[in-house]
Amino acid sequence: MTANGSRVRLLIGTRKGAFILTADASRKKWEIAGPHFPGWEIYHLKGSPADPNLIYASQSSSWFGQIMQRSEDGGKTWTPAGNKFVYDGVPGTHQWYDGTPHPWEFKRVWHIEPSLTHPDHVYAGVEDAALFHSTDGGQNWDEISGLRTHTTGSAWQPGAGGMCLHTILVDPTDPKRIVIAISAAGAFRTDDGGATWKPINRGLISKHLPDPTAEVGHCVHHIAAHPLRPGTLFMQKHWDVMRSDDAGDNWHEVSGNLPTDFGFVIDVHAHEPETLYVIPIKSDSEHFVPDGKLRVFRSRTGGNDWEPLTQGLPQSDCYVNVLRDAMAVDRLDACGIYFGTSGGQVYASADAGDSWKAIVRDLPPVLSVEVQTLT
Amino acid sequence: MSGIPIRVELPAHLRTLARIRGHEVALDVHATPTIATVLDALEAAYPMLCGTVRDQVTRERRAFLRFFACQQDISLDSPDAPLPDAVANGSEPLIILGAVAGG
Repeated sequence: MTANGSRVRLLIGTRKGAFILTADASRKKWEIAGPHFPGWEIYHLKGSPADPNLIYASQSSSWFGQIMQRSEDGGKTWTPAGNKFVYDGVPGTHQWYDGTPHPWEFKRVWHIEPSLTHPDHVYAGVEDAALFHSTDGGQNWDEISGLRTHTTGSAWQPGAGGMCLHTILVDPTDPKRIVIAISAAGAFRTDDGGATWKPINRGLISKHLPDPTAEVGHCVHHIAAHPLRPGTLFMQKHWDVMRSDDAGDNWHEVSGNLPTDFGFVIDVHAHEPETLYVIPIKSDSEHFVPDGKLRVFRSRTGGNDWEPLTQGLPQSDCYVNVLRDAMAVDRLDACGIYFGTSGGQVYASADAGDSWKAIVRDLPPVLSVEVQTLT
Repeated sequence: MSGIPIRVELPAHLRTLARIRGHEVALDVHATPTIATVLDALEAAYPMLCGTVRDQVTRERRAFLRFFACQQDISLDSPDAPLPDAVANGSEPLIILGAVAGG
């Protein structure tokens, strides 16, 4: 996408509200609007590809539960949408942390995925793990229950952050093919619009499991794909960076020379399907970047060979985390990369990661980052 | 049936969500005023509050909220028990309060 007249709009979800950052194509000067919904946890915001001024937001609170918000003017004003998320039928149980049966209980919406073609069609990934769909702009939500009622569902267990469905990838060439991921059940795919699902975890190895190669139980942190190659998937697992070239049927590790292969985010360059970005985190018990250095690692070879990107990022005394939905890429010719930290910084690169700048430094802890490229 | 508006005091975040000015709303409750019938009237008047005070399916009070009336904590009373006369006659509000948290 050429830069003439283009703008970018960042949608930032934080622990205490939402912020919207806008800039022209140079991405040098940013306007910051917010907080929207101050005091509420905003797990995710995402705009409709079919109508970029239509933005959905997940607003939640331990006190007041889940609210869904909808803006029709690019995030300037908001209207509450429907917030009734009811599991289909008798929900039954999944496994609790100690292996005992635990009732399925709706807690919050982690991820919103609007349709590529219909502004009022939108998916929601929720905790306890399930996939919901709305066809009326978020007023009413119905569960796509074939996922949760998969034969393995009663054996799913939560990760430390809860049993969340956090990744939804709809194949741009075949909207009936959807890949989702759940912590800590793993990845699943439907090829029939959600009626039936299958685990796609072959090749994942998780040493915390009694059977490290089990069909389900893997703590998948995030999955990304390039729109032109929907069959090639990249995964940041709890530990290990993984790749699949057959839509998840088989995975192999591409962690290569990363300093640690624990992490949360992973994303793909907008125009180079083999260029990947991850931010290694020290370990599963030390959720901060290693050695006090905030480094994005880029692979131009689809994995295995990684280079640290440090220009403009703090290289001493830095101990932030970057959560699973807190990285995004724009679609301008010089691909922009963005990520937000647990310290409230949002960093941007307008040159595919070669250099970085904090475009805002003192927000509440960042939960999610999305970017819209506007013409 | 009360015939007198029931006063309800709401937490600040819910007033913001429902775009309510001031600390209270006055609700016409067309039944014996109870926690349940007052919440029915609240949700009918402000649909965006559905699910924020009580669960939309089980109708149970959300765990971090309490109901106070006439200096009493009535959170554990039956939701179908009549509210105190002072609430029913509008001289006292039903207070919906968020638990203190934050350290």
